[in-house]
Amino acid sequence: MISAPHLHAGPTSRRMMLSVVVCLLPAGLWAVVRYGPPALYVLLASIAASLLTELAIAALAFRRFTLGDGSAALTGLLIGFTLPPAVPLYVPIAAAVFAIAVVKMTFGGLGRNWMNPALGGRVFVMFSWPVFFHASPAAGRADSLLRWIWNGTPGAIGDVSATLLVLGSVYLFVRRIIRWETPAAFIGSFSLAVWAFAGLPHGFFRGDLPLYLLTGGLLLGALYQATDPVTSPLTRVGRLVFGAGCGLLAFLVRRFGPYAEGVAPAVVFMNMLVPLINRLTRRAAC
Amino acid sequence: MSQARTFPRGGVRPPDRKSLSEDQPIRKACVPSFALLPMRQHAGEPARCLVSPGERVREGMLIGRAEGPGAANVHASVPGLIREVLEVVLPSGARTPAVRIELDGEFECTGRPQTARNWREFIRHELLERIEEKGVVGLGGGQPTAAKLRAAGRPQLLLVNGVESEPYLTADHRLLVEKAAEVLTGAQIVASLFELEPAQVLLCITEDRRQTLASAHGQAAALGFRVEPLAARYPQGEEQQLRLALAGGLDALVLNVGTLLAIYEAVVWGTPLIERVVTVSGSAVRRPSNLKARLGTRLRELVEDCGGLAGRPERIVVGGPLRGFAVADLEAPLTKEMAGVLLLGRGELRARGSGTAGEAACIGCGRCIEACPWGLRPLELYHWIREGEPRELRRLGLERCTECGCCAYVCPSRIPLVRWLAGGRWL
Repeated sequence: MISAPHLHAGPTSRRMMLSVVVCLLPAGLWAVVRYGPPALYVLLASIAASLLTELAIAALAFRRFTLGDGSAALTGLLIGFTLPPAVPLYVPIAAAVFAIAVVKMTFGGLGRNWMNPALGGRVFVMFSWPVFFHASPAAGRADSLLRWIWNGTPGAIGDVSATLLVLGSVYLFVRRIIRWETPAAFIGSFSLAVWAFAGLPHGFFRGDLPLYLLTGGLLLGALYQATDPVTSPLTRVGRLVFGAGCGLLAFLVRRFGPYAEGVAPAVVFMNMLVPLINRLTRRAAC
Repeated sequence: MSQARTFPRGGVRPPDRKSLSEDQPIRKACVPSFALLPMRQHAGEPARCLVSPGERVREGMLIGRAEGPGAANVHASVPGLIREVLEVVLPSGARTPAVRIELDGEFECTGRPQTARNWREFIRHELLERIEEKGVVGLGGGQPTAAKLRAAGRPQLLLVNGVESEPYLTADHRLLVEKAAEVLTGAQIVASLFELEPAQVLLCITEDRRQTLASAHGQAAALGFRVEPLAARYPQGEEQQLRLALAGGLDALVLNVGTLLAIYEAVVWGTPLIERVVTVSGSAVRRPSNLKARLGTRLRELVEDCGGLAGRPERIVVGGPLRGFAVADLEAPLTKEMAGVLLLGRGELRARGSGTAGEAACIGCGRCIEACPWGLRPLELYHWIREGEPRELRRLGLERCTECGCCAYVCPSRIPLVRWLAGGRWL
């Protein structure tokens, strides 16, 4: 049965997912150019593992095949972006299998998962093989800031070019595929916290902002991962609260935790609070 | 120039596509050789059929009598012979008895000199009786007008609804261009029923039509009516959104311009509601037009009057594209509530980036919440309807949903939210 309305506006969910994939591709290609074949293998392994896992589970559970909605491919790509290029290939594969099988499909597939699958997978491998994630991004600080922005920073595949990540997100902002609230609050609160406290114990308001912003997957997390509509709040106010929480937690984990980056655990933790945020902002105007 | 007013929240701005037909003057459609007249032509109850096969009817003769408050009289739109009384299914899915009249005999009203009555001579209940007897219903889709007027209490404002916020539809626009005097007289008649001052009558039009409706604007101002430009947002043309935009807490009666014209004709000329203006538009019709057509005319004949089909329509919609009903063929008859017949081509339904490619899972983007004019959370309602939890639905205010379709219009997963939410009422 065909029911009203007979006109529709804006991109479909599928087109939204594929747009995000396309907007990430320039940064991915640049990473492959810079890091060579290993980066390509990591990306391909995580994407292939995501797609195959979703396919296998859909077949086992007699569910509708949903590879066409583009979300599994996006999850795979995002997992690859958060990993260093030098990891053994079982790491991206394990992350992708965990992301799709446990984080996404267990809860009923796209739209039902309460945690961003890519970040869930990433956190899983981070705790499983911490040895690959200890590299300090501050190692290359001697480079000039300009060269960092242009050439990228050491670290994960997705860190290679802040410029390309930001450029890709412009299209997504314009088409309103990602909303401004989460990234703005995320980057805003993170920057504020870094500026105020990262300089400790040498004093307040002496944080090294460019270092923190350009490394550790911050831009990737704020622009592409925290903005996942499934796992972010429904209203504008909710997204501002969510983004601010992500920023603060990311700073805390990064500055005081044992890991080189804090984005993934921070966003995953805030994902858990989304139902609560939704409940508390129910009355707020969107 | 005053700021255009509008309702406070939600709403969408679909492409209006009115340029297809807005400059086409209202044309008389051909009189059908067969008229199929359902006993129910509006959102209410069917009338009781008064005729049986073999009988002869004159033009404008009462053939269905309203019994009970939700029903409206039905009159023969053509003179002729009753061929059969059958049950039909309307585009809305409602079943109703219908009468098929084969055209025969003389037009005793059309084209003959009539005498106008001075409406000021009627007293209140005579006016209401005339409106009721002539079968006037809300032509924007609504209840019988006399019942609505009787139930109105003591309104402090009369809103003359010329907004027509559905895309494509231009019938009301053309009425304001061509028949403003009659429409405004209809408004005067209603104003007199409630002893409203001219300044309490508001002509509501969208701001983008101020230029084209300058004449109606002038005539309304000459009668002392206020003219209110409104933002061209959907669903501005609905009663409650007009009240929210303009009434400011006052009790307002809203009547569509087509309805006011029908009131004028019923009261001044004694004409029953046997024809209406309908927009036939869309890319799959050769000559998009505004037709004044007899009720009971098959939609197919209306389309033929517009030069026929230009290619295969991907979808045929009766009414507007946001609230209308899809129909499988053009065999349905024109009824009182049909403002448009749209023959939509492939390109119109699948504009760039807005494919209708099947329903996908809800991704929780919250666009439906932003679009809802009532501040509801359609995605949560959808969830609880699927779970079958009527208590949650009450808590979330499902009863405030008017099925305007804004949520489904913006949904990226193309979930038919209107259908779900309408179904949720039965939980």
